Parts: sequence; C-alpha cells; structure tokens
Amino acid sequence: MTYSIEGWQEPTLAENLERAGVSRRDFLKFCGGLAAVFAAGTTVFGPVTKAHADDPTDTPTAGDIADVLGGMTKPNVVWLQLQECTGCVESVLRSGGTTVEDVVLSLLSLNYQEVIMAPSGEAAEKVLYDTLAEDHILVVNGSVPTKDNGIYCVIGGKTSEQILKDAAKNATHILAVGACAVWGSVQASHPNPTRAVGVDQIIKNKPVINVAGCPPIGEVITATVAYILTHGKAPKTDAEGRPLFAYDQRIHDSCPRRSHFDAGQYVRTFDDDAARNGWCLYQVGCKGPSTFAACPIIQWNMHTSWPVGAGHPCIGCTEKNFFDRFTPFYSVLPNVPGLGVEATATKIGLGLVAAAAIGATAHAGVTAARHASGKEREKEAEAMAAFGDEEGWIVADQADQLVDEPVDETINDEPGKAEK
Amino acid sequence: MAEPHVIDPITRIEGHLRIELETENAKITNAWSEATQFRGLEALVANRDPRDVWAFLQRICGVCTTTHAIASVTAVENAIGSRVPPQALLIRDLVMGSAGVQDHVIHFYHLHALDWVNVVSASKADPAAAVEFARAIGSTWKGNTLERMTAVSETIKTILASGQLSIFTGGYWDHPDYRLPPEANLMACAHYLDALEFQRSMIRINTVFGGKNPHPNFLVGGMACTIDPNRSESINHVQIAEIQKWLDEAYEFVTTCYIPDAKAIMGVYKDYFDIGVSSPNYLAVGMLGAAYGGDPNESPAINPMMEVTPGVIFDDDFDTVHTFEASKITESVASAWFKYSKPGSLPPAEGETVVDYTGPTPPYTWLADRTEYTWSKAPRYSDKPMQVGPLARVMLAYARKHPRTVEIVNAAAEQYGITLKQMNSTGGRTLARAVECLTSIEMLVDVTFPKFVEGLKAGDIDVFDSTKWEPKSWPKAADGYSLIEVARGTLGHWVKIKNRKVSHYQAIVPSTWNGGGRDEYGVRSPYEEALASNEHHPLVNPEQPLEVIRTIHSFDPCMSCAVHVLDPQGNELQVAIS
Repeated sequence: MTYSIEGWQEPTLAENLERAGVSRRDFLKFCGGLAAVFAAGTTVFGPVTKAHADDPTDTPTAGDIADVLGGMTKPNVVWLQLQECTGCVESVLRSGGTTVEDVVLSLLSLNYQEVIMAPSGEAAEKVLYDTLAEDHILVVNGSVPTKDNGIYCVIGGKTSEQILKDAAKNATHILAVGACAVWGSVQASHPNPTRAVGVDQIIKNKPVINVAGCPPIGEVITATVAYILTHGKAPKTDAEGRPLFAYDQRIHDSCPRRSHFDAGQYVRTFDDDAARNGWCLYQVGCKGPSTFAACPIIQWNMHTSWPVGAGHPCIGCTEKNFFDRFTPFYSVLPNVPGLGVEATATKIGLGLVAAAAIGATAHAGVTAARHASGKEREKEAEAMAAFGDEEGWIVADQADQLVDEPVDETINDEPGKAEK
Repeated sequence: MAEPHVIDPITRIEGHLRIELETENAKITNAWSEATQFRGLEALVANRDPRDVWAFLQRICGVCTTTHAIASVTAVENAIGSRVPPQALLIRDLVMGSAGVQDHVIHFYHLHALDWVNVVSASKADPAAAVEFARAIGSTWKGNTLERMTAVSETIKTILASGQLSIFTGGYWDHPDYRLPPEANLMACAHYLDALEFQRSMIRINTVFGGKNPHPNFLVGGMACTIDPNRSESINHVQIAEIQKWLDEAYEFVTTCYIPDAKAIMGVYKDYFDIGVSSPNYLAVGMLGAAYGGDPNESPAINPMMEVTPGVIFDDDFDTVHTFEASKITESVASAWFKYSKPGSLPPAEGETVVDYTGPTPPYTWLADRTEYTWSKAPRYSDKPMQVGPLARVMLAYARKHPRTVEIVNAAAEQYGITLKQMNSTGGRTLARAVECLTSIEMLVDVTFPKFVEGLKAGDIDVFDSTKWEPKSWPKAADGYSLIEVARGTLGHWVKIKNRKVSHYQAIVPSTWNGGGRDEYGVRSPYEEALASNEHHPLVNPEQPLEVIRTIHSFDPCMSCAVHVLDPQGNELQVAIS
C-alpha cells in the first residue's frame, strides 16, 4: 500500500503513473512480473523492440513491456457473463497481490461487469449499449444456450446470443474466458440439455482468443488483456485459440513430479506413503499428460500451490470436453473411454507417452517436438530398469478390472443418459 | 394505480436475477423474483462415477466454490459408508470456514457497500476527517492513515475527472438517499480496496489444501493433500505457519475493519431495520460450516459450534425452536417453468424436473402477468416459506443461547435501540452476516485450527479412508445425503447409487429457499416478501431503484445455485414449449 490506484487523467499510462507517484523502478518491477507470466510458455512473445527483432524466440524483458504499456491509452471494456458460475470473475479478483497490479486494473475502463459494477437495471443496460456503440475490448464468461430460442439465459429481457452478437459488433478484441465461454463446459457435457456452445460457435467473423480453464488462473486472464494492450494485437495461439504464453506446455512436461513418473514412482492410493512423498499421480488418474496449461509454472493464488502440488490429480480443465473425455477422473489416462490418446502408454516410463503426445491434429506440432526427447527417455528408462526399479514400468491394473463383480448389464450406463 | 417496474439485470450478485415490481405512491405493492438462467446440470450427473460428481456440481457456483463439492462428497460418503478421518474433516472445516469468512467480507464490501456508500461524495472528503471518522467509530484498522486516505481520495478524484468511470459508470450517485457524510464514504472506499487485498490473501488457505481457488479439489473419503510434519512434500509446519499468519490477518481485518464499518453504516441507515421485513420463518442446521452426513438429528455433527443444533423457528418466535425434520421439506413448481406429473408440491426424494416453458419468446418486457415466471422452484418447510442464511443461523444461535452470539446481538440491539424481531429486515440480514463472520473467524482462530495443529502434533496424519475407495467395496445399491450450512444458507445434496454409478441426485440450495417464486397457495418467497410484505417498502425513483437493490442484496443472491434443483430420477430433460 505504498501508493494508490491512479485513475486515468493523462494521455498515457506512463504519465498517469508518474502523476500517481509510481516510480519507474516499481513499474519495471511489476512488468517483470508480467514478463514472468509471458515467459511461462516458451518462446512466443515475439519481438517487441528492435533489440529483439532479430530473434523471434526471445521473450520480452520488463523494460520492453514497460515501454509498450507506458504508451498505451485507456480502452473501454465490456465484460459479459452468460451461462456460467462467476468462478472466472472470482479468479480475476484473486489475481496477483501487489498494489501495482491494481494499477493495471486502472489500465482499463471496465464499464460493464455485472459482479462489481455500481448500477443495475436500466442504468446498467444504458452503460452497456453506450459502450458497445464504440470500440471496446469484449470479455465473455459463460456459454450461449442455443436450444428453444435461447430461453435458458436471458438478461434484460434479451437472449445471451443476441447480447453476445450485439457486443461483438464493435469489439476490437474478443476474449472467451473460461471453459464455458470456450466450449460450453459442464452444461455442454453430455447430454448438453440446453445445447450450450462457446463464443466461437456464435461469433465466426472475428478471431476469438480462448483463455481456457475452469476457471483459468487469474494472472493468465489479466496477462491476456495486458498482452493485447502491449502488442496492439492478440497473442499467438494454438490450434484451439489458446494463448501460447500460457498453454504451450503440457502439465506433464513441466510438472515438478515428472522425475517420479520417469522413475516409475507412483502414488497407488491417496494418502499412501508415495503420496506423502510427492510421487507421481498418473496412476490415480492425473490428466497432466493430456493437458496444456501453465499451472505448475504460474501456480495458483499468488504462487501458493496448484492442484497436483496439493496432491490431487489434474482433471484437465483447460481441455475441451474434459467432463466427458477425462471422466472417470480417477481412472488411469489410457483407460479413459473414447479418448484415444496415449493408448500406447500402458507401458509407461518408456517415454512412449511423450512420443504419442496428444491430439493427433490439434497438437501435432508439439507432439513432433516432443518425439526426440521421448526417445531419450526410453534410454533412461532402460538404465533405471537396470537398477531393478521395474515396478513402475508396467501398469497392470486397468480401471475396469477394479470392478470384479458383475454389474447389471441391462442398465444404460452412458454418462448423463437417463435411466428409463 | 399500480405502476409496473422491471430491474434486470440485478448486478453485484452471482448469476442472473430479474425483479418485477408494482408501486403506488413510491411504495412497493407487489414483487416477483425471477431467475432467468437455467443450465440443466440435473441431467449430467446420472450414470457418472459418484467419486467424480463433486467436480461437476462444484461448477454450480464459483462464488460458493467449496460448498457444493463438500456437500457432494459428504453425501456420497454417507451413502457408501466411508469414514473420513478427523484431520480431513478439520481440513474441510478450515477450507469452508475460510471461504465463508472471505465470502461474507466480499459480499459486504464488493457486492453490498455501494448501496450505502457514495463514491462521488467520497471525492469531496477531507482525508484527515476520514481518519477521524474511522477513529470515532472504533475502527483500529491499520489502513486508517492520513497517507492512505489521501491516496484513495486522489484516486477517486482522478477517476471522476477522467470521465471514464469504469465500474462506477451509471451509478446512482445523485440519489437523495445516500446518507453517509463524505468522510465516511472515503473511509469505506479505502476499506473496499483493502478488502480486495484481504480476500486474495485469505483464500490461500483453500489453495494449500485444495490446490486452487476458485474450484479447489476435494476427494470422496477425505482429502487428496497429505499432511506430515516430517516430510517436505506434505503439508507441514511451513504451511502451518503461513495459515496461522493468514488467519491472524483475517481476524484483524474482520474485527478492526469489517465489524466497525458494518455497525456504523447500518447505524446511519437505522430505518432499514423496519424495511425489508420478510417471511417470519427460519431454518438452519447449525452455524456456518455445520455439516452433516445423513439425518442431523442422529448423525454426529461435524460442527464448528456444536451447541447450535439444527432447528426451525416460526412466526418470529425466537423463544421456541422446533425440531428440524428433513421430511417436512417440499418443493413447489407453481410459479416455475417446470411441471410435475401430479398436482401439488413434492418432497425432494420424489421431485421431478421437467422443463415446461410457458414464458414469452425473448426479447420480452414483462413476465409477472403469467402464473409461471422463473427457473427457480419454491421450497417450503411445513408448507411455509423459510428464510435461510446468516440471519436464520444467528437467530437460531440466539434462540439456542449460544453465549457469544447472544452477547454480540444484544450489544448491537442496544446500540441501535431495536428489538430482536426487527432483525427480520434488510438491516438485520446485513448485520447478521457481520455477526456470523465474527463468530466464524473466532472459531477458526481459537478452535478449529488449533485442533488441527494439535492433531498433527500428536502424529495424526491420516486424511483418507482408503477402505471405501474402490467401487467394489460398495453395496450394489446405496443412498445418502448431506446437510451443510454455507454462506447463503442451508444446502442439501441427496444421492442414490446403483451398480456403482449415480442413479439419482438432488440438491436443495440456499438461494432457492430465499429467491424462489410463489407456491401453489400464492404465497410469496422471501425476496418477494421482503419487497412487498406490508406495502411499506420505499422506491422513490424507479429509474434509480437503490432501495430495492439494498433489500435484495441483503440476502446475498446466488442465482446460479438457485436454479440447480437436481432431478432425483436422473431423467433427461423433457422440454415442452407452449
């Protein structure tokens, strides 16, 4: 609390900061934090200064970011919440921990955001449509229910589909934030009773940045906005529209427990000795090998911990259809029905997981990149086996073998499907 | 002649709520509470692995993000006979307690405060006067410095001068019923910003045990995090020290900032102890964090305040507490866009969720001329609408003579010169939330956390019952339920398991109790009743419905929760559009 949030009075952020008594040094410190977030992925930030123009793989320094951010003017933002749970806004509230981060909040004029805005009703509607009449950045939480004329999500008497289309018209950038806005999430899981879809299923004439996750990490949401302000354009994304700066790494590849996977050291059941020693959660269902996210790198709630760090398998919440594709959550990944991913990984520890990687199409490039290192691991695996540490190489237990009593075959066991 | 008014969206709540009103001579004569979002999660959990269901239902709400998950694992554990180790239960208490305290603080400052606090007026305050005001109301918060107040004043002035007002755009700043003096407004604005920092810090208790927040991870049978004072990869004294620090900070914030602010602000708006009088019946199974697997009258409480046992109060009679009987709960769909196969209300165990939308095709302008107008069912206890939440719990605790609650409530009543009965009001609900926040943080600091640390010291590091983890260890058919007191009231989850999959699931949620519509007898639910009960509720300027927002916010609506009444039959939704 050394200085206040400063509102926007001078033309540029740099001048506003100066006016507010924020030193160049403090601002650089803050930008250093952003740089760490951007660098969380690998080499995707791209050149922002001449010094880096020759090397597209370089990541920006705090100084680069400060230069660009400092010159920005203040954009208006409309932040819609459609069919969703408010978890994404809560995640943004948790983002960061310094008062300088609050300065970034004042980078924007957040004119419409239902959870925190002052007015309700007509006055709120007026703010919305006044802002939509001009250029603005559009952030969307939540899915659009398309069934039955949109009756399942109506705000101010209008369907969420109509509001989204109205809001997209003059949007300079569109961010779909959270699993609901990206693909529909839990309500779009089988049987998707309201036929919920993500933003890019409705808005097809403009690019949509998909900030995936249920919810995404607060800092990742903030950094996506900061990226746009810094570059004046959207961040580079993967085939699913996810910003590479936060989604180019598989959790499995940046997991601090990876060495236990490679060494065949697995948690067999929760709270066993292996769990207390922080061994690999693959055998209790971790979806890290199929999930692209920066959780192990950025972590959650001001770097306090992250799901695997707190002993629970990753449930893969940054991946499409994870409620259907990755369930049962506690089943070993290759046994996940219909996944078709890493099916050869029943002999894990041999590096085949990495070789097979994920998503034949979407992540083909990444898969290829991993291929070589996979072969390296194979050699390591053989070396480890020579030390007699063989137990982990073979995953004998298939999840369905755990159920050894016959079940009633007459029941329909399709998830979400009704019993007649 | 009654004038119709619509307020949609109601902002600074969770989810989508529309209020329709009729007024005469600036008083509300009738009101309708309308939930306008439906996600149909009821169809999704059928035939899933019961151990997975917490993760689906947690996504009902990202604000009360721990509660549905804990309710779900507790119900499943009750069904399969899992015995959760005491340390794991204490961890859940810590997670839910810290999230509850955080939730109440966010509600007061970030969802409710702008109903009472005028940001434009704050810009006119002398920062020194704000420091003095804080001192005068007994706020010893460390942020009450001249430097801080000056900085916040400068911030507000700059934002107002820029013409880009961000979240303050379109606020009712010229409304005549903003009554705080400029210095009080400035102090409250500073505390609003401090509370943002507070909530970020406090929630890390969730992250230590659940890995993230929102939507921390839970586990049927215990917790997935491990605890061991002698291992670096388990939660040990490094985290214990951090948690102690965060709890101490939370205690400081609640006692030196939130409580004095809430008392002072409600003191200025004392007439709100006569406004917003709602249904005179209350239901609670304990204080915030009370959790029961199975019948609360039979099962041992997992209850931070054991002496506040489940109970029901009727007709504002705080001298008589009736035994809580889950069998007396029913739900009506008389005003909701659902239909039952038979007339009347149904108990939860026989409930049905079949969509029957009879409303207009959007865009629409008025819903209340139709019998059905909401996606929320209307729960009833003994056919009566019940208030649930902090007010219900505090009044139950008072009636149960919980010493600390009696002490705080009596002191407040004396300060305001109000009777106990006047707690049934907009001011009463807001005050009760603060009272509960105080007793909750005291409980966490003085009892729950020390008990957990004591266990750790004694070598009790078990956090998971592995004996009931594998589905083959379960009976072929099982059912169970949970009842839990969460930030907004009483939450119940009911589960039936057949062939190791979920065959039936149902939840009854706090905001359904408070925010539903009329029942088949035409009796209003608590939101509606609070606005229209005695044709006394003011609404001076319908274009700036400040008074209505105050009363609705006093319930802390969570509308995504409200519309998730789950179908016990696991039926796929049948939709009939008429």
